[in-house]
Amino acid sequence: MNIHEYQAKALFEKFGIAVPKGTTATTPEAFITALADLPEGPTMVKSQIHAGGRGKGTFTDGFKGGVKFCKTKHDAREIAGKMLGNTLVTAQTGPAGRKVQTIYFTVASEIKKEYYLAILLDRNSSKPVIVASTEGGMDIETVAHDTPEKLFKVIVDPAYGLADFQVRELITKLGLTGVEAKNAGKLIRNLYQCYWETDAAMIEVNPLITTPTGDVLALDAKVSFDSNALYRHPEIVALRDLNEEDSKEIEASKYSLSYIALDGNIACLVNGAGLAMSTMDIIQHFGGTPANFLDVGGGATKAQVIAAFKIILGDKNVKGILVNIFGGIMDCNVIATGIVEAVKEVGLTLPLVVRLEGNNVVAGKATLDASGLALISGSTMADAAQKIVKLVA
Amino acid sequence: MAILITPSTKILVQGITGDFGGRHAKLSLDYGTQVVAGVTPGKGGLFFEHGTHKVPIFNSVADAVKATGATVSAVFVPPPFAADAILEGVDAGLDLVVAITEGIPVRDMVRVKRAMAGSKTRLLGPNCPGVVTPGTGKDSSGGCRIGIAPGYIHKNGHVGVVSRSGTLTYEAVFQLTSKNIGQTTCVGIGGDPVNGTSHLDIIKLFNADPETHGIILIGEIGGNAEVEAARWIKDHCTKPVAGFIAGATAPAGRRMGHAGAIVGGAEDTAAAKIAVFKECGIEVAVTPSDMADALLRSAKAKGVTLT
Repeated sequence: MNIHEYQAKALFEKFGIAVPKGTTATTPEAFITALADLPEGPTMVKSQIHAGGRGKGTFTDGFKGGVKFCKTKHDAREIAGKMLGNTLVTAQTGPAGRKVQTIYFTVASEIKKEYYLAILLDRNSSKPVIVASTEGGMDIETVAHDTPEKLFKVIVDPAYGLADFQVRELITKLGLTGVEAKNAGKLIRNLYQCYWETDAAMIEVNPLITTPTGDVLALDAKVSFDSNALYRHPEIVALRDLNEEDSKEIEASKYSLSYIALDGNIACLVNGAGLAMSTMDIIQHFGGTPANFLDVGGGATKAQVIAAFKIILGDKNVKGILVNIFGGIMDCNVIATGIVEAVKEVGLTLPLVVRLEGNNVVAGKATLDASGLALISGSTMADAAQKIVKLVA
Repeated sequence: MAILITPSTKILVQGITGDFGGRHAKLSLDYGTQVVAGVTPGKGGLFFEHGTHKVPIFNSVADAVKATGATVSAVFVPPPFAADAILEGVDAGLDLVVAITEGIPVRDMVRVKRAMAGSKTRLLGPNCPGVVTPGTGKDSSGGCRIGIAPGYIHKNGHVGVVSRSGTLTYEAVFQLTSKNIGQTTCVGIGGDPVNGTSHLDIIKLFNADPETHGIILIGEIGGNAEVEAARWIKDHCTKPVAGFIAGATAPAGRRMGHAGAIVGGAEDTAAAKIAVFKECGIEVAVTPSDMADALLRSAKAKGVTLT
């Protein structure tokens, strides 16, 4: 689960992590009261959407930049008016962009130098890793590729926690001394505590800055959480912004369906994540384009299949559907009955290819054949994929 | 022979009185698996009954081990309590703990894995379909089935299968059995980013097992476990190996069902992993329908008989 920058900054403050002073507004009328909380002078205006690349983004009306520096609060108010309610397209939003519904105003800090700091899981060691770099404000993948010597990693032993010597090591490598070193040390320790205690999946601060007066501040904050751990963090669940999530994905989650929309025109409905991924792959292999990832889980009940068809058909790009079910424990005939009833209930008119395999498959196929529906049976994944690709071509 | 478990392995089921654990304990008993104990705190002294089977239930894993001699556990405990259940099995000195539970917080698994360092117990999973060593009876019964895989699709034989994904494993096993090629052991290592046993761990066991003549290695986008296994295969494994990687069409940054299936960088894409497979002499299945055929191609090239 992702949260907005302003929410991440509020969380940081709870953990004693220094951030520039900021306020939010969700209506133009609220700009004045929000800005009244900030001192007169240079102000940042930041569009709050979940995607990255906001600064370099463009609004659909042509206005450039989702994050702007303003010399005065008066200017900030004017710029905020251009962002709020407008749709911002960035490298991460896709062409549709995201509607800006919250504006975050912050004091524009004086920057001495920019750094990069992140905490996430290191999959190789199964331990948390802190990643730091002297190249702040840049795309970190580029830094890792072009100048790996400027990227520093410290792996934390979860049995002990972050050790002081590791904090000193990071600070030394970042070249910080004196009061900057002291402030950075405090920030790194608190950031780790925030990561660990909130079950964060990743915390990224880019840039982390030093100021001419020796302060060390998180100028940006990107935080995501382990969705499996949300049950023990109701205060984080409360930060969820459904406006930022795909409505079809929200609907799918109500039926324990795992759905992700893609750009293609062949929808698929599969049981199991690995099989669902490879069903998308095999559609592409035979020249088609998958419209979605959809995992109905181990069961594939009638209610789930109906919900899945409705979600799939909500995507206007879809020209055909491929159902691929390996009924291991589940009786294929039960699944087939569910498919037939679902097709009848939603009044499906698009081409439908069904590949059914596993337990009691003969009866399942007979049910499909006897249904009188215009669905086509596939014998293997390859056969089914080729058939649906041909039908939508 | 087989790896990890044999038909005589005695297993206990943690969470046997739950719907999910109970259903699969019954299927394992039907398969002929030696399910000798169940563990549910507070229900010790009761029995789990199925047909003629009467499996004693214990309050703790330690009690169950002491009374029955079980050496392997299947964990079906709900996510908030699963990490604790795994550690209880480790503390009782089990050889193998198979964690089926899906949805365990990453932080819990980070702590479990650290706490297991130096212990004699191997962890398989979590979020895995389990492990099956097929038997020689009808529909491969008489074997050892731990977890949620359909037993009947298997056939006793000489191919090892290792995968992160459940249904994709069944797909591979089904293709093999349909071609009359049996399996030594089929292992699901789970789809989570932190798991107990890696692809490489299982590949090493298959390589050392004289009964295993060929291996199917099924992976996904995310992480570098498949790459690590492939490089080891290149240097140490002479058996035919076929590989498949799911997620060629998955967009970066979106997690594909499994918590671990997410492209984070240039090295954990399907294309990058497939390139390493090829470089390491692994016969790549071009589609998921091609997994058994890919292994046959590799076996033919190496002059190895799989049946």
